[in-house]
Amino acid sequence: MIEPRYRAAPPEALRVEPLGDLTAIFDRRSVQTHLVVSPMPEILAAMDDEPCDAATLAARLAAEFEVEAEGDVGAIVAERLHELAALGLVAPA
Amino acid sequence: MRRSTRIAVGPVQFRVGSDWAAPVAALDRLYAAYPNDPARPADATVRLFAARPWRRWLRPSVHIGGDYVVPDALPLPLSMGLLAAEMGMNLQVALGWRRHLLLHASAVARDGRAVIMSGVSGSGKSTLAALLGEGDWRLMGDEFTLIAPDSGDAFAFPRAVSLKNQAIAELAGRVEPERLGPLLAGTPKGDIRHLVPRANAIEAMHEPARPALLLFPRFGGDMAIEPMGAGEAFVRLTEASTNYIALGEAGFDALTRLVREMPAFAIAYPDSASGMALVEDLWAEAVR
Repeated sequence: MIEPRYRAAPPEALRVEPLGDLTAIFDRRSVQTHLVVSPMPEILAAMDDEPCDAATLAARLAAEFEVEAEGDVGAIVAERLHELAALGLVAPA
Repeated sequence: MRRSTRIAVGPVQFRVGSDWAAPVAALDRLYAAYPNDPARPADATVRLFAARPWRRWLRPSVHIGGDYVVPDALPLPLSMGLLAAEMGMNLQVALGWRRHLLLHASAVARDGRAVIMSGVSGSGKSTLAALLGEGDWRLMGDEFTLIAPDSGDAFAFPRAVSLKNQAIAELAGRVEPERLGPLLAGTPKGDIRHLVPRANAIEAMHEPARPALLLFPRFGGDMAIEPMGAGEAFVRLTEASTNYIALGEAGFDALTRLVREMPAFAIAYPDSASGMALVEDLWAEAVR
């Protein structure tokens, strides 16, 4: 099975403001405010210009946050990416 | 419209027109001490009108209109014309105002800094603000607080306080009788009596105050203080704002700054005296 790949929003599209346990994200394109919790902001921050899949992102997050990139982490990141795509904060590539 | 008047409350200039003389006369009495500049263009228009011309005379009932209309707003009997005017003024501000982030919250200020109290109807926010406003606080408003998107300052909207039910007795004994409007008994919101804010609130109504403390009061039950994180405060204030969505990114900026700038607490209190004491305690902490 081919892992779905996602593209980050253009940098100027989102305003990301951490507010304690929650992070408020304002999407200038939809004029919508999204409230998310970890690891959503970390996933968005780990994306760059190139489309990437959950395994690649899990590896980047593992390197940054000292978690195991194997197994569960990849699956969790895949689920969260799917949710971020539903919010319009990332796009299927 | 056969009668009309102009009222300036904080930054909002209202024009209120009515098919009847009585509501306008009552408004003129309540707002006699407010600045009045007839040449200033109106920001919001409120119209109190009879549904059919003959209804002006026979069992008169007041419909509320203006720049914005809620289609299912109840007509009220003429004896409640003052309540109709208040509802109309609230509605026009809630739906039409764009210059500030509008919070459904009461506020009081001291030394240029503000306590903002947000809550649904019946939470006690209005009564608490009215009582504090009778002490050494400046009442900024019992219903709306305006936040300037550029500076983050709070601006007052000190309309006549709408005292409801038990709050009427609580305040009536403390204030000069001439500051009270007529008793409106048995309205859809219960008994209502308006209170003209003290002169300091009206004189200083254009002076901004820096937000220093955010409270979510709840009247009734045991005394409780729960610190609230910026994220939850943000969520609750988006719900308490009538124009957050309409302001777009300016609203987002104003609100994120607001919740970061001041500590927030959910508070509960069994009676007004303990509520006021709680506010004083949290204030002392916040401005230390």
